[in-house]
Amino acid sequence: MSEALTTPVAAVSSKAVAAAREIKMTTRQVDLWYGDKQALYGVDLDINGNEVTSLIGPSGCGKSTFLRCLNRMNDTIDICRVDGDIRLDGDDIYDRRVDVVELRARVGMVFQKPNPFPKSIYDNVAYGPRIHGLVNTKAELDELVEQSLSRAALWNEVKDRLADPGNGLSGGQQQRLCIARAIAVGPEVILMDEPCSALDPIATAHIEELIDELKREFTIVIVTHSMQQAARVSQRTAFFHLGKLIEVGETNDIFTSPQHQMTQDYITGRFG
Amino acid sequence: MSSEHIVKSYDSDIDEMVNTIAEMGGLAEAQVAGALAALTQRDMAAAERVITSDQRLDALEEKVDQMAVRLFALRQPMAVDLRLIAMSLKISNDLERIGDYASSVAKRAKRLAAEPKLKAIGSLGRMGHLVQDMLSDVVDAYVERDDRKGMSVWHRDEQVDEFYDSLFREIITYVLEDPRTTSACIDLLFVAKNLERIGDHATNIAERLHYVVHGDRINRARSETA
Repeated sequence: MSEALTTPVAAVSSKAVAAAREIKMTTRQVDLWYGDKQALYGVDLDINGNEVTSLIGPSGCGKSTFLRCLNRMNDTIDICRVDGDIRLDGDDIYDRRVDVVELRARVGMVFQKPNPFPKSIYDNVAYGPRIHGLVNTKAELDELVEQSLSRAALWNEVKDRLADPGNGLSGGQQQRLCIARAIAVGPEVILMDEPCSALDPIATAHIEELIDELKREFTIVIVTHSMQQAARVSQRTAFFHLGKLIEVGETNDIFTSPQHQMTQDYITGRFG
Repeated sequence: MSSEHIVKSYDSDIDEMVNTIAEMGGLAEAQVAGALAALTQRDMAAAERVITSDQRLDALEEKVDQMAVRLFALRQPMAVDLRLIAMSLKISNDLERIGDYASSVAKRAKRLAAEPKLKAIGSLGRMGHLVQDMLSDVVDAYVERDDRKGMSVWHRDEQVDEFYDSLFREIITYVLEDPRTTSACIDLLFVAKNLERIGDHATNIAERLHYVVHGDRINRARSETA
């Protein structure tokens, strides 16, 4: 069974580079239906560890749907059915024995609109570690909160007002708070669904800088509508269209010399 | 290029840049032709024209620079557009350099007109026509985005180099035979070098066009041994 998982993905021009990387997640022949409507068709993708993979494509192409498969977020939609094989470190995440809460701690998520809990800044970050029982003392929790906020590049801005409500922060700060919240439970992979589309250019730059930092420790998969953002932050890019993975490769290659006409038309702004 | 952009002004901006380069190409061709006329037919009016018109190429190059920078800023081009705009910046520089070499040939032609005509000038004229054709073809290839035509120019550069080598030897023998021609022969050597450089820039344009069309670089060394 595991042999079958080593089938190579679509043409990658710098194969050697990809091979040198540890593969963190693999998906094979992933089909997805919303009721009768098929939204994903046989998606095969490898996600390299400690790299940023960006998913691009026109609205409705399935990129967010695919992203949500990676931590079984689609389980929350009743009519949604997923087929195929998705693995994290070689383990099937759709296996019956998998604890979904545990999975989502390992594969965290940041959404398009910053969605802090209606709680204090401190409690937003402390929430996950508390319910997962990651800390034993108040001192440990304090340290973890500070660490997470620092890694999300937010600590200096909020350290004097940790008791203030999280949703009192600016949009960009709220998004970094959500990233701190995701980091606090010690994930391995962070999924980001258009994390900057509700932010101004300065807040966007902060998040992009943060993504660059975070990839040292985490594997990141980001859905973005900004081609320039995908080009700036990611090492690999996957282009989706009508539920199919059309092309995947090194980001540099995709944005300078894409192999597929459809990719070219999309990224150059010629798409119907 | 496949089809049109959703934003039509993007296409018209690119067209304007390409047309400006085509204009530069036409001007550079005329400069090279004028320089050759000055050299082979001692047409001094042509020499003057070439020397004074060089400024127009410089001005057009600057115009292309500005258009390309504007395109980068406004459109953030990707893929084939990115390659086209980035390479157009370089191609306009190649054409500007070609103009400089033509102007340099014209200046030397003026000096040479005061001396008895040396036989090597006939060979230089033939070499000049070779690079003139290369230039004309590569400009057409750029405008038509025709890589095959571009490659035919690329392959002709070898002939130019051979021409240059044999001319170099020929001119040296004149100096040895009659040291009084030394000064004129030095001018001829520089003219030969300038023509050879014009061929190189035409070849550069062919390489840049290849990258625009295919997105990969020509491996010169490998192609030569193949």
